[in-house]
Amino acid sequence: MNHSATTTPLDPQRIRGDFPILAQTLPKGLPLVYLDNAASAQKPRVVIEREREVYETFYANAYRGVYRFGALVEEELEKTRVRVQQLLGAAAPEEIIFTSGSTMSINMVAAGWGRRHLQPGDEVLLTVMEHHANLVPWQQIALERGATCRFLPLTTEGRLDLDQLDALLTRRTRLVALTGMSNVLGTINPVDQIVRRAHEVGALVLLDGAQSVPHGPMSIRACPVDFAVFSSHKIYGPSGVGILYGRRDLLDAMDPLLMGGHMIDQVYLDRSVWAGPPAKFEAGTPPIAQAIALGAALDYVQSVGLEAIARHERQLLESAHRQLSEIPGLHIYGPDPAHKGAIVSFTLAGAHPEDLAQLLDRRGVYVRHGHHCTMPLHDWLGVAATVRASFAMYNTQAEIDALVAAIHFARAKLHLSD
Amino acid sequence: MTIDELIEEFEELADWDDQCDYLIDLGRELPQLPAAAKTEEHRVRGCQSNVWLVPELKPGNPPRLEFVANSDAIIVNGLIAVLTILYSGRTLPEILSIDARAIFTRLGLERHLSSQRRNGLFGMVERIRQLAAAAQGPAAS
Repeated sequence: MNHSATTTPLDPQRIRGDFPILAQTLPKGLPLVYLDNAASAQKPRVVIEREREVYETFYANAYRGVYRFGALVEEELEKTRVRVQQLLGAAAPEEIIFTSGSTMSINMVAAGWGRRHLQPGDEVLLTVMEHHANLVPWQQIALERGATCRFLPLTTEGRLDLDQLDALLTRRTRLVALTGMSNVLGTINPVDQIVRRAHEVGALVLLDGAQSVPHGPMSIRACPVDFAVFSSHKIYGPSGVGILYGRRDLLDAMDPLLMGGHMIDQVYLDRSVWAGPPAKFEAGTPPIAQAIALGAALDYVQSVGLEAIARHERQLLESAHRQLSEIPGLHIYGPDPAHKGAIVSFTLAGAHPEDLAQLLDRRGVYVRHGHHCTMPLHDWLGVAATVRASFAMYNTQAEIDALVAAIHFARAKLHLSD
Repeated sequence: MTIDELIEEFEELADWDDQCDYLIDLGRELPQLPAAAKTEEHRVRGCQSNVWLVPELKPGNPPRLEFVANSDAIIVNGLIAVLTILYSGRTLPEILSIDARAIFTRLGLERHLSSQRRNGLFGMVERIRQLAAAAQGPAAS
């Protein structure tokens, strides 16, 4: 892997060579067409090798021993922390907390910030397109605190209805929690605009970056969200590790969700004093090898270039929209490609999404079906389930063609007529 | 079709592609419930697609449990057709003695069912067994 300047277009064939899993041929000689990247992305060799290297050469628990391995582990973990800080444009490494994933990160803020700061009558503003991970924790903490969740509705094409923002974002709003990119519609949200308006009324903003962070550059300096979360496994890193970014003063004024080793400054039999962030929020043994290998994933992503990735994925997206729209009975949900990231969710008239996904699997095309952990969004869409194809840096034009061919195969199997 | 005939049919199918096509055929032939029967009471929980199961206890000596079940997904309808062959029209002790899991393994279908679909399928089996146990009454169970 030696992909140069971010301005040159990426070569997906070369990229594919870096991902061992993509080289295999499925039974019956079918190539693997992996289009479930919004659920989890595949891993480049450098990430797999980095994780192996940790276990084979210097593995030990973190922040415990004075021996050499302990020091190496600590050093490498802190290097990843700094890489994440740079990726997000955070002010300091201690604003970056290792968690088990985006879900854990959001739960930590809902419990740790919400329980302390939400008062009866306060409001949390969410959007109708949120993943359950950025909805249920707020719903539950609001119920507990006597606060209310309100929801920014969508326009008919599936973008946030900003005309409703003034009515919903008020002095009662303590926090706005929204996704940077819908995991179903692909809609890219105007986070900077929401941040500006939220800060005007004194509300904080939590960005759920699980979908958006892997697909384009972001900067907390330019777009000063107060909390941000993302997952390693969606940005080509190992599973089991994620990130919580919190502004330093907010982390200081927030309680830890998990308590135990490493997160304390002093423990007495009747009380404890917390350590400062990030340790305060990192109780117990962290996902050591995974967090270190996340650093390798971010290096890899940086070497390809997030802007080049975004451009490549946009081309795939435009092609997918064009070709899928021509299939009789196929309906795409969400805005046109100009307003979304690398996700296409659709239904096919006369085909249950489960049947469709299962038939696509028979052609080696891996997609997701169901409500994608967004039941309220699907209620809004008026369908119980959709089929979702989602793209990554290694997907190719030929794979879009394979998706289209597989849908025609499914149509024939299901006896659907034009 | 008997259970043995069903197993024979499946043995002739080379692989999952053929099995899946066969399930689609079975699903297309499945008797359809009227829309009015697709009520909350008849809905089987645990299925990713909607499944409705309408039972009928046929009096006689011995009584037999018949049912018609439908899904809105065609491959699930194929699996329902398999369950219908296994269970529908049998006596209550027969229903309670059938090991559906073992038969699905024998048909080679286990591996091709996602955990969610497996849960749904065995949710249906559970519903059928509960109906049979309830019809048999506490004395006999």
